[in-house]
Amino acid sequence: MPIWTEVADAVYLLTNTVILTLGSFTFQSKTDMSVLNFTMNNLFRLSVGLFRSGTGVYRLGPVSEGHASLVVARLFSSAPENNELGQLIKKDKVVVFIKGTPAQPMCGFSNAVVQILRMHGVDDYASYNVLEDQDLRQGVKDFSNWPTIPQVYFNGEFVGGCDILLQMHQNGDLVEELKKLGIHSALLDANKDEQKK
Amino acid sequence: MPVTAESIRNKLAAEMGAVHVEVEDTTTDHCSTSFKVLIVCPQFEGKPLLQRHRMVNTCLTEELKEIHAFEQKTLTPEQWEKQKSE
Repeated sequence: MPIWTEVADAVYLLTNTVILTLGSFTFQSKTDMSVLNFTMNNLFRLSVGLFRSGTGVYRLGPVSEGHASLVVARLFSSAPENNELGQLIKKDKVVVFIKGTPAQPMCGFSNAVVQILRMHGVDDYASYNVLEDQDLRQGVKDFSNWPTIPQVYFNGEFVGGCDILLQMHQNGDLVEELKKLGIHSALLDANKDEQKK
Repeated sequence: MPVTAESIRNKLAAEMGAVHVEVEDTTTDHCSTSFKVLIVCPQFEGKPLLQRHRMVNTCLTEELKEIHAFEQKTLTPEQWEKQKSE
């Protein structure tokens, strides 16, 4: 194994140890606490960066429960993706995470989402293919705290999966929600045409 | 213990106080383990769709780890009666 990975491993282990130690402190003064938090946040970022660069998964050995496991849990679950995902869902009004693409959905439920949006004339939305990226696939499930794909976001807020979107479409809620986003649903025009007849 | 329609039905009935549960194993329609569930539960009263679905997700956290696809319909007893009469 090349020497740099051993060094990276050592740095990773050291960072974790420092985090654990720092994590057990609390200070009376607010300034001291914010300094502590700032330091810890940067150490988290450093260690997660090392973790992602492939230095491997570390078990921190027999450590006391509670505090240590909380830190470990945060280390392993708070992937940088959470920040990226947070940005991603806010970039566009309508954001969907599906299997496949709008042009070629690779799953019935994902297709349902695409078709429903199409019915309402929503063509301009951001779509992310979870099949292309396993990290994204799991990351978005953790981020939304939702077990399945597809996932729909309106204005940075989680709406639900295919079931929910379908029910919203059937009971008229979807038209309302789109209106709130400043999107005029195509079905409103279709209804107007119907009424004219 | 493998997830079955039976185990899901029992868990939902027991933990959520559901008055009516239907579980359909839709695995043959899809690529891998899939279920379609109808839950009628008074606890859904006054809750928006997303919250209802999250309640179910929480109840079935362990099962969902093994299930690939999951559809759910969440109704209050009142909605269920109405739907039956339509």
